[in-house]
Amino acid sequence: MSGVVPEERRDRGTGARVGVVTFPGSLDDRDAARAVRLSGAEPVSLWHDEAALRSVDAVILPGGFSYGDYLRCGAIARFSEVMGLIADAAKSGLPVLGVCNGFQVLCESHLLPGALVRNAHLRYRNRPARMRVETAKTAWTRAYGEGAEVVFPAKHGEGRYVADEATLDELESAGRVVFRYLDNPNGAMRDIAGVCNEAGNVVGLMPHPEHAVEALTGPSTDGLGVVASVLAHLNEGAVR
Amino acid sequence: MARVVVDVMLKPEILDPQGEAVLGALPRIGVNGVSSVRIGRRVELDFDDDATDLERQTRIIADKLLANPVIEDFHISVAAEDAA
Repeated sequence: MSGVVPEERRDRGTGARVGVVTFPGSLDDRDAARAVRLSGAEPVSLWHDEAALRSVDAVILPGGFSYGDYLRCGAIARFSEVMGLIADAAKSGLPVLGVCNGFQVLCESHLLPGALVRNAHLRYRNRPARMRVETAKTAWTRAYGEGAEVVFPAKHGEGRYVADEATLDELESAGRVVFRYLDNPNGAMRDIAGVCNEAGNVVGLMPHPEHAVEALTGPSTDGLGVVASVLAHLNEGAVR
Repeated sequence: MARVVVDVMLKPEILDPQGEAVLGALPRIGVNGVSSVRIGRRVELDFDDDATDLERQTRIIADKLLANPVIEDFHISVAAEDAA
């Protein structure tokens, strides 16, 4: 950890370092890094077998097919070197966002409740997904108005969120359903597209905010709010 | 070499769309009267001769990796010595 600027003096926000993990089979790591850069922060590449988090202020687990989706989506990535560090850091407040396969990794790691299983209709779903931001009280959604509608591309075959009824009730009553589909694309229970942990620093969702950051290539630029949220979250931490 | 088999199945309450698709295909091959198809995974583990505590070790493997307890159940069976 030599040469690390003391946390309280680091210029957060625009100077924030956001780690993007690459597992064997990750696909959206470059888009995630681009979204971070467009939002004015510095993307930091983290390799799956890296035993250091390189003093990042937040981490994004991108989409793709880590370890070929073998066994279950995200099941093998859970035991990668870098995930052990991320799990520990998440428990002490590091903001972590899992998108698509990253969400599956977070569920498999038990950092988020529930699981993501085969789409109910068995088809791979590839289209923009309309969602409602159900809570702005997470590290990754605070820049959105509560109840805001956003459109992110969805592209997955195993995106159907499931959990037992007690867990679903708990998520609902604690305000931990973060994104909810307006047109459920996969049969997810209670139209859940994304959830967070109790502290709100770990968020996972199936649709891809990092593909919705430029009008040229995305269905919207709504995804910029995700990185903007974590930068605001980090800035507030620096002020406190 | 000792073989241990782990069968992993989706919990009964979890929808198995793969099984549903197979169920839907059965009438097309002339089979009727099947009310449910559930598809799981069979995992065969071959332990070294000097390995001990096979069942306990298999339980760890199944619980931590082979099955996701949120959605799946597993069953362990230690195969007879010279089954092969």
